[in-house]
Amino acid sequence: MEVSSAEAALSVSASSIRITDVTQDGDVLTFAIASQKLNSSAGVCVFRIYEDFDWLQQSLFSQENLPGLQGIIFPPLPSKALPSQSNTQTKALKQLGFLALGQDWQSYCKALEFYLQQVAAHPTLCKCKALDSFLINSESPGKQRGRKGIFNRLSQAVEEMRKESHKDVDNFFQNERNKNTNLAALSKVATEKLLDVVMTEQKLALACGHFATSLHLCVNQDDAAAVAFSKVCLKLSDVIEAVNRNFEKVASNDLSTLGLGLDLESRYQEAEKVWECVLMIACKLIELETVKKGTEKAKASKREVMEAFQKAVEKEFNLISSVAKQEIERFHSSRVNVLKNFLIGWCELQLNTAKEFAELYSQHLEACRNMYSE
Amino acid sequence: MSGSFGRNPPPLPDSEDQEAEFDTRVLDSDEEEEDEEGEDIFTGARSKPITPTSAPDEGDIFSEEGSYIRRDVHHATNGLHSDEELDLFTEATVELTLTSTTSQGRREITGPTASACNTTHVPNSILKPSVVTKTMEELEEEESGDKFELNIAVTNPEKIGDGMNAYMSYKVSTRTTLPMFPNKMFSVRRRFSDFLGLYEKISAKHSLLGCIIPPPPQKSVVGMTKVKVGKEDSSSAEFVEKRRAALERYLQRVVAHPSLLQDPDVREFLERDELPRAVNTQTLSGPGLLKMINRASDAVNKMTIKMNESDNWFESKLQEVENEEQLLRRLHAAVDSLVNHRKELCINTAVFSKSVAMLGSVEENSALSRALSQLAEVEDKMEQLHQQQTFSDFFILAELLADYVRLLGAVRCCFEQRMKVWQRLQEAQSTLQKKREAEAKLLWANKPEKLQQAKDDINEWESKVSQYERDFERVTCTVRKEVLRFEKERARDFKHYIVKYLESLLHTQHRLVKYWEDFLPEVKAIA
Repeated sequence: MEVSSAEAALSVSASSIRITDVTQDGDVLTFAIASQKLNSSAGVCVFRIYEDFDWLQQSLFSQENLPGLQGIIFPPLPSKALPSQSNTQTKALKQLGFLALGQDWQSYCKALEFYLQQVAAHPTLCKCKALDSFLINSESPGKQRGRKGIFNRLSQAVEEMRKESHKDVDNFFQNERNKNTNLAALSKVATEKLLDVVMTEQKLALACGHFATSLHLCVNQDDAAAVAFSKVCLKLSDVIEAVNRNFEKVASNDLSTLGLGLDLESRYQEAEKVWECVLMIACKLIELETVKKGTEKAKASKREVMEAFQKAVEKEFNLISSVAKQEIERFHSSRVNVLKNFLIGWCELQLNTAKEFAELYSQHLEACRNMYSE
Repeated sequence: MSGSFGRNPPPLPDSEDQEAEFDTRVLDSDEEEEDEEGEDIFTGARSKPITPTSAPDEGDIFSEEGSYIRRDVHHATNGLHSDEELDLFTEATVELTLTSTTSQGRREITGPTASACNTTHVPNSILKPSVVTKTMEELEEEESGDKFELNIAVTNPEKIGDGMNAYMSYKVSTRTTLPMFPNKMFSVRRRFSDFLGLYEKISAKHSLLGCIIPPPPQKSVVGMTKVKVGKEDSSSAEFVEKRRAALERYLQRVVAHPSLLQDPDVREFLERDELPRAVNTQTLSGPGLLKMINRASDAVNKMTIKMNESDNWFESKLQEVENEEQLLRRLHAAVDSLVNHRKELCINTAVFSKSVAMLGSVEENSALSRALSQLAEVEDKMEQLHQQQTFSDFFILAELLADYVRLLGAVRCCFEQRMKVWQRLQEAQSTLQKKREAEAKLLWANKPEKLQQAKDDINEWESKVSQYERDFERVTCTVRKEVLRFEKERARDFKHYIVKYLESLLHTQHRLVKYWEDFLPEVKAIA
């Protein structure tokens, strides 16, 4: 890959990209995206809607004059969220999975933020002008919806290619395909099962809250015995309320780290699938082209032309191949790293929560034991 | 009542029977403080009247003869002086402990005052063994004199017979230093219908006096059928355990009641090898009991004439009891829902654990793969924690609430008894009035031959009325005391169980912290 010139590089720091706010107006979510300029201490903030993200993704796909584009694994963009009232939680869960949970679209924003960071961190994609424009221009990228890029052009072909089992041009890719299929399926399952766990944790929190509230109704100041009993009930109510908060915290920890991580992993696996298809198609196209040209040129007997063409084709092929291989290496180390960070974050959060509540329960226990000494 | 204890209690026996460990209920009869009067009256027979050392506020309405004033056997320091003010249980502590061999609940009551408390069983796996030793130490600590103990445990459920005639037999073990029992340690086998039979007998004798009779565990056709049919699954085991624990709590409540302990039927239940089979226990099913209880409320509502100012107390107390029953039902439903959700969490956690294990097995990066397998293990351990916490939720909270819903029903029965006595008095008074009118008519009609009969009638009914008045006073006093005893006990019980629940929560939480702490380095090691 050629080193790009300075002016083509991204003008903000990839790791500084944050989605700082989200507002909802009817059906439309507007995201505030902040980032830090590289060569100054200035920050930038822009407002974007989902369609703008989509535009960005399409722009990335359809970059021209970018050799080896077909070899790139594109960071996956989360699906569009449909926040309208008619959209029940079950529908939202089906559509967005984990990203539908959490308050005020927290998880969803995190996922979008991650997407932007991944794109900005990608050695090739970060140079795309569309990205810079997306992050800096106060005006939205506009209504340029026309350019669809290779992905959409071949979307139908993708499905067909996947159904047929074509020999990959290289065993390396065949292996990747097999691993990917497994991983993708299992990641999806794991994500769904974690989602079930989180939903149950939230239900438990709710049940605790309900119980705690009911205990408050037992308060009665009529006589000494009633007062004593009321005290006890209130104490239990406090304890159950603590259990409630515990579950809420645990569920939210699950959501914000492991849930997000698994969801991302899952979507990345899907993205890799797409990548494989694209690769296959690209290779196939090259094959077809070669055959086509071959037939044409068979008539002419200009050997140099033939050889030149052959070389060009091979060069293109090798480029794609090397990009692809690099991408897959990068992909694997990156995903392991991403997953590791999410796991660490999750473990640390849950550990802190567990300690916090152990302390709280301990205090309650002390207070309870001393109850009659008051 | 505790006259048979004597002044010099025998030393505590060594427990030869190590297999069953018991609840200790300390019966202190040797305190100096105000026993002089009391002990004069004590005799060995069970139903002799006892005058409290200092009479309660309503002492005037008591008569020496025929008064039945209950006094907690086990606190010799305090009679029931003034019910409301004195907190009789300041020094009593109640502990729940587990043995590591048999799964049974124990209840220890230490200190000079003790009363019926409820224990629940928490399965072995939940509590650490260190909890076991604690109570014995505390018991020694608080011993301030010679104490008598009575410990009861229900253990070793065994299925006898086959098919639809099969039944579960439970071992009822008693260990005691009470002089009224010839043996210090003994056990018998009883079946569920025996417990119901006991309830019936006690109820017949004591409920008329206004005692709160602890209700027995409920029948369950579904549960027992599964056991009979021989279904060896966790739900049958759970059912048997639930019943065993409930039977134990039931017995502990019975013996904690001072007058019930004296009842020969209770003693026979504990001591006698073979009990005649109890029949006609049909009426004691859940719905039957409920019907009986609901009638009580209706009867009370029909009481239009107030006897004296204490009726206000009774009326408002009954209302309180009814309200509380509703509340407890609601609470029970809330805890039930909690238990169910936790069970669901167990299942989901297990499924998630498996899915992560599979993910780990196909992962190529070895450190990540190892971390994922560890994660699967952690989730598995958490599933077990959730399982244990479910047991806690159930056996500590849910069963406590269910017990009290039924106990409150028994309290209402108690009020009904008072009503019945009141009605009998009313009727007698009305009959007396009629007899007097009849006499007046006879005098006026000048029929001397029937006059004597009329005078005899009047005398008869006058003495009946005064008898019923005394009965009513007695019942009123009894019910009042019973209610106050019940309330104090309830507060203590609930506190005891909240402490237990918190302990189990804390235990779970500590384990959780450990699991996360162990897992963190694995995750950090991923390269």
